[in-house]
Amino acid sequence: MATTVLTPSTARARSGLYDWLTTTDHKKIGILYLASSFLFFLVGGILALLVRAELAQPGLQYMGESAYNQFFTMHASVMLFLFVIPMLAGFGNYVVPLMIGAPDMAFPRINALSFWLLPLAGVIMMLGFVLGGAAAEGWTSYSPLANSKYSPGVGTDLWIVGLILIGTSSILGGINFLVTIFKMRAPGMTMFRLPILVWTVLVTSVLVVLGTPVLTSALIMLFIDRNYGGAFFDPASGGSAVLWQNVFWFYSHPAVYIMILPAMGIVSEIIPVFSRKPLFGYKAFVFATAAIGALGFSVWAHHMFTTGSVYLPFFSFMTFLIAVPTGVKMFNWIATMWKGSIQFSSAMLFVLGFLTMFLIGGINGAFSASVPVDFAIHDTYWIVAHIHYVLFGGSVFAVFGGLFYWFPKMFGVKLNEGLGKLQFVIMFIGFNLTFFPMHELGVAGMPRRIADYSPMAGWNDLNLVATIGSILVGVSVLPFLWNVFVSLRSGERAGDDPWEGNTLEWATTSPPPPYNFDRLPEIRSERPVFDQRHGLPGPAAGH
Amino acid sequence: MTASADVLVPADRGETLEELVHIAEEHAKGGISNPVLGMILFIASEVMFFAGLFAAYFSLRANAPVWPPAGNAEFDLRAHIALPAVLTLMLILSSVTCQIGIWAIRRGDRKGLMRAFTITIVLGILFLAGQLYDYSQLGFGVNDGVFGSTFYTLTGFHGAHVFAGVLMLGVILYRGMAGQFSGRHHDAVEATSLYWHFVDVVWICLFTLLYILN
Repeated sequence: MATTVLTPSTARARSGLYDWLTTTDHKKIGILYLASSFLFFLVGGILALLVRAELAQPGLQYMGESAYNQFFTMHASVMLFLFVIPMLAGFGNYVVPLMIGAPDMAFPRINALSFWLLPLAGVIMMLGFVLGGAAAEGWTSYSPLANSKYSPGVGTDLWIVGLILIGTSSILGGINFLVTIFKMRAPGMTMFRLPILVWTVLVTSVLVVLGTPVLTSALIMLFIDRNYGGAFFDPASGGSAVLWQNVFWFYSHPAVYIMILPAMGIVSEIIPVFSRKPLFGYKAFVFATAAIGALGFSVWAHHMFTTGSVYLPFFSFMTFLIAVPTGVKMFNWIATMWKGSIQFSSAMLFVLGFLTMFLIGGINGAFSASVPVDFAIHDTYWIVAHIHYVLFGGSVFAVFGGLFYWFPKMFGVKLNEGLGKLQFVIMFIGFNLTFFPMHELGVAGMPRRIADYSPMAGWNDLNLVATIGSILVGVSVLPFLWNVFVSLRSGERAGDDPWEGNTLEWATTSPPPPYNFDRLPEIRSERPVFDQRHGLPGPAAGH
Repeated sequence: MTASADVLVPADRGETLEELVHIAEEHAKGGISNPVLGMILFIASEVMFFAGLFAAYFSLRANAPVWPPAGNAEFDLRAHIALPAVLTLMLILSSVTCQIGIWAIRRGDRKGLMRAFTITIVLGILFLAGQLYDYSQLGFGVNDGVFGSTFYTLTGFHGAHVFAGVLMLGVILYRGMAGQFSGRHHDAVEATSLYWHFVDVVWICLFTLLYILN
């Protein structure tokens, strides 16, 4: 074979910005995901504060009903589709290839496409605000409220287009994760040695790949109804309004597991490290995750109990059934901490916040699963309380835990612990002040999605408390922003493995080189870095 | 493979470097390739996309007192079945030629691949042209109640998928002309053919449902 001498082309000097805009490195894309999602978190948070400001007192003080409807609709849309889902995908992007000992994702360019669709979609959704009003019929966009007669503006169409793009981004990302996890694992990294976060991303990706396209089909039908005279959801022309709810919730219920399973994965990585113990019941955890994913597809109609067109006993029973694998996880986490040497770092505090708040969110959710109770609390503030206890108390606390935990790996410096604890305390108190009173408001009959209420209804004090709490939550973000700023400038150097971690991302430098690993430790259990640190090459560890 | 052996497997079990590299290559080779697995997962998501549309169709059809809805004689698509039947045969034929192309490249016969895929693309374009002509002959539109909405949404999105498939086949053709693909390296060709077969299967379901079981 003839030998050709290849002169390596000299790397052209490129600006850092150009590098970030064109990168296909999963770590940079992961950081882009996190940064973009965090910006949308701030946008969604401001929208939430506007909503709470209006609700602080009865009467319309700051805005009209139309603006209020746009704000709460876009608050939910931004938080769900542009913050929580992409934020968790960002953690997955950064951490999963490192955890399985891979050099990158399976399809790096598709990975970049998945990310760049998101800011584009976000801008398209937001354009409604300057083009005569954003979507205002709630993030659930029920027909007939969402049809062209009752929501005539272009805002809803922009919302549909943006959501289809986000869905496409999710599907491509999900496929990428699955191929990466199935095909790119390092030698020795068997399926039952995968870190739990990788397992949760795997199950989440299955939900994304199978659920999201159904939402796409629903959105396309809605778009055709609104713009081309279609009749899918219009009973007057033979369509069905309940059909929308079925196809919408077929995705949007599994979507809540898309929003919580990776958060559970983050929690399952952090608890063992800061309890100085291995995770209790690894396999039970894996099967519980798979069970939640599978059951997640059979409970969508519990959002539709009051429509009278779904088989109540089945969907109620399946919903209660999901509490079983969730309970398994809860006990696994507690058993992991049991008699451990718990270190109350900021990351661990946020995780403890997750455990306590998600427990409340699970319990008040079980109330909603009971058909007669649901008939009473359907579309009241009880539901608002439930969704925020699982998504804020659950996912958001886990997200901050993950940020504190992996920030040293991403940037080589630790976040400040004092500022982190300050943030946690303010956020924890503010969160509970905001959302706990909503249970009471819901039981007292306050409907969701209203801009104004009667001063005689008895809801005044609790609403004021909730608004004060929401301001505290807003304030709690400030120490975090300051923390990121000062830590990047002059944070404590972290070293490769600041927490004495278990999983492979701690076996490389902080930040890792573009190709991730110079060499890998031997992988003989689900915590290869622990084995390496303590010199436990021994026979393959069984579970 | 440029990675040094100690990245791949721990180097303290007495294997020679060649053995280690061999182990690593075997490890990387095993099973299905990344592009093909990615395409299978993508097709799974496409199946769910069409499942959403089909579910809407079944649900609306089940709720209708009569099907096709009364009031428009044009809704009886069995009267229009001749052209769609010919188009169906063309699409099935295109799947066959696509598969002939796959068998060719598996033997390392790039010319055979190009020939077969050219015919596949021509058949795909003819299908699209025939469908557009068929649309122009139908006496109802997308705004004619649930019948029009479901008919044009289902067939229209299938048509969009055929169009995407033609583009993908075109990319394969272009890359083939540039001298890419061999008997060992043709994952993109395999993935594209899977997609084309999938589009074909969706059409067979649609044709059966919309024209025969109308």
